[in-house]
Amino acid sequence: MQTPAPVDYVRATSVADALSLLQQHGDEARLLAGGHSLLPMMKLRLARPEILVDINDLDELRGIRIDGNEIVVGAMVTHAEILNSPILFEHYPIFREAEKVIADPIVRNKGTMGGSMCQADPAEDLSAVGAALRGTVVIQNAEGRRTVAMREFHEGPYETKVADGEILVEVRYPILPGSGSAYEKVERRSGDWAVCAAGACVTISGGVFSSVGIGIGAVNAEHFTAVDAEAFLVGKEPTAENIATAAQMAADSCDPSADQRGPADYKKHLAMELTKRALTRAAAAAKGA
Amino acid sequence: MEISMKINGAEVTHDVEPRTLLVHFVRENAGLRGTHWGCDTSNCGACVLWVDGTPTKSCTMLAASAAGHDITTVEGLEKDGKLDPIQQGFIECHGLQCGFCTPGMLMTGRWILDNNPKPSEEEIREGISGQLCRCTGYKNIVDSIHWAADHPAENEVSA
Ligand SMILES: Cc1cc2nc3c(=O)[nH]c(=O)nc-3n(C[C@H](O)[C@H](O)[C@@H](O)COP(=O)(O)OP(=O)(O)OC[C@H]3O[C@@H](n4cnc5c(N)ncnc54)[C@H](O)[C@@H]3O)c2cc1C
Ligand code: FES
Ligand code: FES
Repeated sequence: MQTPAPVDYVRATSVADALSLLQQHGDEARLLAGGHSLLPMMKLRLARPEILVDINDLDELRGIRIDGNEIVVGAMVTHAEILNSPILFEHYPIFREAEKVIADPIVRNKGTMGGSMCQADPAEDLSAVGAALRGTVVIQNAEGRRTVAMREFHEGPYETKVADGEILVEVRYPILPGSGSAYEKVERRSGDWAVCAAGACVTISGGVFSSVGIGIGAVNAEHFTAVDAEAFLVGKEPTAENIATAAQMAADSCDPSADQRGPADYKKHLAMELTKRALTRAAAAAKGA
Repeated sequence: MEISMKINGAEVTHDVEPRTLLVHFVRENAGLRGTHWGCDTSNCGACVLWVDGTPTKSCTMLAASAAGHDITTVEGLEKDGKLDPIQQGFIECHGLQCGFCTPGMLMTGRWILDNNPKPSEEEIREGISGQLCRCTGYKNIVDSIHWAADHPAENEVSA
């Protein structure tokens, strides 16, 4: 039987309360969101916090809303809520496409935006989506709030800009009117982590790409994206040939390692193929295409 | 720490370690063995119960986090001595063999129908995709959930 090692537990009553609990207990404390990454790691002794600060009562971290020209997703919004959000679907169908293939319906009832971001698994699907959409992450500590671009958020596998004593409070996505977006993922079986995944979000005006966002997961793409491929496409027509060239550039910039999910050359091939498919569908969905 | 929660409508209070998982609280402390405990890794779904009406893998939730919430287990499906149609469906369509996956399948099946009274086969298969059955090949489970969809009021059989 797998059980976490002995640990203390406290429920935060507000973000301010959670921050003061974190400060009080230093690096021995861990926030508990959906628990669907943290509890498995505690069972395996890969994480050994002394105290868990449960943030499930913090309604201030819930909700999906529009604020000016951004969509704001609270840290405690679940995968299921993202999947079913009309606001996100209207502006960014990429969320629904990605969420449909994140874990399974029951896990999606518990796993959260904030937990996914902070777990920072190299195959985290919402990280690839966030990179494609050029989101920003809002982090709060005792001094106040600061904003970090999604594309600067990850320090490496399982490491982010969120330091001890800090809470990720929300993620913001700029709204791009008329954009098209899409997500593609290959997994070994239903509900599994990606062997490789790619997302795209583009706008087209005057018959050429006016903005291009690419997100790539699970194949060691720097900051979950491919900036050279993006730059190549801007100002070019959305032809099959241009998209194929960009997809190959994107794949060339990835550095996957072989593991039980497949050999490196296969993953590189997937990065090319899935980027191509995501870009093609996103371009077709963009207004003015 | 002392933890209280409602399980199938009854208040349950026990003094447990904070690390206690909800599945063990329900089985060992509350003595309700209907909820099964399988993989321990949030993959198999044998441990699915409802927290405030939402299916949850109880091997991956602390009992402490469930304190103050409403838990429904497979024992709570039957009402006034009458089986829920989802339970009846598994009888009618032979939806189980060894029965290990069944409590989780029943809780998710009921939830699927509560949100979507006439699901397609694909919607049912997607709905139970986080749950493993090593016996049936799923066909009869899908049929059982369909049977319940077709007989929403058919809970006339005594439990
Ligand atoms: C069976 C299974 C399959 C899965 N498949 C996929 C998949 O296909 N694709 C995918 O992307 N993910 C997948 N996941 C991962 C799932 O998306 C994550 O578990 C994720 O949702 C973590 O969120 P959580 O709320 O459970 O976080 P928790 O486990 O509660 O927390 C994870 C980490 O983040 C920290 N944390 C949480 N919230 C905050 C916050 N607001 N501020 C600062 N730190 C915080 C915690 O302290 C902890 O270190 C899968 C998980 C399971 C169990
Ligand atoms: S025991 Fe909980 S999912 Fe298998
Ligand atoms: S009936 Fe045996 S596991 Fe499903």
